[in-house]
Amino acid sequence: MMENEQERVQQLLRKTMQPVAGRAGAELRRDLWPGMLRRLEAPRVKVPWFDWALLGAVAVWLVFFPGAIPLLLYYL
Amino acid sequence: MPVLEQPTDVLRQFSHGDLDAFEALFRSHQNEVYGWIVRIVRDPTAAEDLTLETFWRIYRAHARFDPARSFGAWARRVATNAALDYLKTARPEADLSDDLASPVLPDPGVSEELRCKTARAFRRLPPKLRIAATQALIEEQPYKEIAEALGISVSAVKVRVFRAVRFLRDELKRQGIEP
Repeated sequence: MMENEQERVQQLLRKTMQPVAGRAGAELRRDLWPGMLRRLEAPRVKVPWFDWALLGAVAVWLVFFPGAIPLLLYYL
Repeated sequence: MPVLEQPTDVLRQFSHGDLDAFEALFRSHQNEVYGWIVRIVRDPTAAEDLTLETFWRIYRAHARFDPARSFGAWARRVATNAALDYLKTARPEADLSDDLASPVLPDPGVSEELRCKTARAFRRLPPKLRIAATQALIEEQPYKEIAEALGISVSAVKVRVFRAVRFLRDELKRQGIEP
């Protein structure tokens, strides 16, 4: 019963949404290594140490003064 | 999909972060990784981007790779996760665009309405079920291969396919189609 149902749904899917294999675009059209190299060589975004210190200070402040959270959210 | 295996030296060098070894692995596996991804997302442009994203993740995780294991299987698993992330974030109307040109004319026995309704029902599948359904029902990939790529057991794949079939059946019925 369930196998029949699965077969029926599968047949419908294969009729309406053809498998990718054998279709244009199923194979890679170009070498992607140059793009990979560009990505590897792209400079990483570096967060200055001061930003981390500021973030830590704000976190500590919010732990001791949780009432300030709505105020902070208001200004964000 | 054939799994190309590399000499252990290359795998070991890669696990130590060697760029030349990574390039060798990239060049020998980019086609199969792309082929796996395009079957899931059905969009060549997105599949190219996701192939790069997959190898970027692979390169960053080189220290976690065990050279004794299959690189191809690992790459397919990373690729599946990248495709899953894409399906989760892609706009519902934009994904499953099926931009692949077909070498044959569409089945004349299938109306445009039926095609649209089936695609719509398929698009509503949760991404995890969609990947299992695409690979098992449309692409007819072996369950074992799908299980390895998803990092779950064969039984779990069967459960996902079963749930996907149920979901599709209900969705299609709601649209007036009896599968």
